[in-house]
Amino acid sequence: MIWSRHNTSFLSRADSALTQVTGSTALVVAVLLGLVLLLLIKESGSVLSDGGWTSFFVSDGWYPQSDEYNLLPMLWATLAASLGAVLIALPLGVMSAVFSRFYARAWMVNPLRRIMVLLAGIPSVVYGLWGLTVLVPLLGAWMPPGSSLLSAILILALMILPTVSLTSEAALSAVSPASLQGAAALGLSRKGVVLGVALPEARAGILTGALLATMRALGETMAVLMVAGNVVQTPGSLFDSVRVLTANIALEMPYATGDHRAALFATGLLLMMIVTLLAWLAGRQQGGDGRGHAHE
Amino acid sequence: MKTIPLICVALGVLMMSPVFAESQKLVLTGSSTVAPLALEIGKRFEQHHPGVRVDVQTGGSTRGVNDARIGLADIGMASRALKPDESDLTSYRIAMDGIGIILHRDNPVHELSDEQIRAIYTGQITNWKSVGGNDQKITVVNKAAGHSTLELFLYHFKLNNREVRPHVIIGDNQQGIKTVAGNVGAIGYVSIGTAEYEQTYGTPIRLLGMNGVAATVDTVRAGHFPLSRPLNLVSKGAPNLLAQQFISFAQSQAVDDLVKAQYFVPLAR
Repeated sequence: MIWSRHNTSFLSRADSALTQVTGSTALVVAVLLGLVLLLLIKESGSVLSDGGWTSFFVSDGWYPQSDEYNLLPMLWATLAASLGAVLIALPLGVMSAVFSRFYARAWMVNPLRRIMVLLAGIPSVVYGLWGLTVLVPLLGAWMPPGSSLLSAILILALMILPTVSLTSEAALSAVSPASLQGAAALGLSRKGVVLGVALPEARAGILTGALLATMRALGETMAVLMVAGNVVQTPGSLFDSVRVLTANIALEMPYATGDHRAALFATGLLLMMIVTLLAWLAGRQQGGDGRGHAHE
Repeated sequence: MKTIPLICVALGVLMMSPVFAESQKLVLTGSSTVAPLALEIGKRFEQHHPGVRVDVQTGGSTRGVNDARIGLADIGMASRALKPDESDLTSYRIAMDGIGIILHRDNPVHELSDEQIRAIYTGQITNWKSVGGNDQKITVVNKAAGHSTLELFLYHFKLNNREVRPHVIIGDNQQGIKTVAGNVGAIGYVSIGTAEYEQTYGTPIRLLGMNGVAATVDTVRAGHFPLSRPLNLVSKGAPNLLAQQFISFAQSQAVDDLVKAQYFVPLAR
């Protein structure tokens, strides 16, 4: 009994130490996020306070030399590029997940997943270089200049495809075997099981994955910077050269001073607001349906 | 729990160590064009002066000028001559750099007048046919705001960035060269040193001559090429002893090989 009591008290001491360590780590992360937000607000303060935030949406365009900082064309370009990428990557990713979960032979499943993990791990600048030297000239031969919203969408789709595919597969794996077996026992074809049972049950997990992928697409900088053309204009067609918000910061920050610099921090603030909104949506999606919760 | 004070002590020692260190530090900030050269010169300078550390940071010529002015940097780097409102600073030329107009190698156009280049960049000419080339759409490649290359280009052609109708905007020279190399209809401008190097190594681009002067390292050195710029170190007032030593070293013949290795043009002496 003495031994057991000692053991218990030892454990609880270890637990309390671990609580402190993990708790303070979590606190540090939260504080860091807060500091980033504060920095963004502080650095963009000079433009936010004097011109007022409306100047970001009503001025003539993005002309830092004459203090005009309209972010709207770049906001639309960012949303269009991310949305387009998700529209391409979502069906492809879900289909590849369905294939490896329900149709692929056993020996194919692991290599397929490995390839997806590898794709997810390729640095974005490599995608960018490939886009600049292969994809853009190819598109340019068809519809010059080639650097366009379309090439940005295609590169982004390639980059987020593994995220969509891996999270979809995890969501499909989490579908209860009982429902699948039940459906099969009722005589449903494999197609019926996939479309009628598995996908509806995994819906929440798949959507969460899609939202995560959208966030990655929104935040991607290097690859898009290299293929999108970076002309500040509201995209009118797929072949228009566009500049996304992240590329704007990367292109001009090294040389910016004064209000120009502050406007670039405001660009970052706007991006952070969009990503926060998406993170909130993703959280709600997961909370709403526990069964579709993805585990991996 | 006993570890926490220990960590504090260790951190304290770490933070204070620079105070005790004997080494002298020289901070250079500014033009991303000059920075790689300054970095190499700095390495050689460190070899000659043990205990000295040369810290090079980029951020554009304007930052170099500002940092030198407010004392954030010992020496600023600028890839342009000082402007009239920067006369409180002193500049020391260490090399020359030329900006060359580049086309794709397969583009039959071999010479463009300043007038034609201006018309192309403002969108008045949109097809190579109009300047003696093939029937092909022109892709105008421009630099992002803040680059000194852009400033020099606009200044030379008397353009306002608002009038320029670009199809692609690039960040650095390499991105510009890759963009033009991948598009037969493209026109862009980059450092001549970089372009000449890429051209000799088989990248399908061609440097255009200007006003009858060929775009080569030699014409830039001789000061004949219209679109060339000095690479300068700048300081406010008389530089301190160490900075003075560094500047003389950077202007000496001892670094000519480094200047050439960066595809810039050494000073004519």
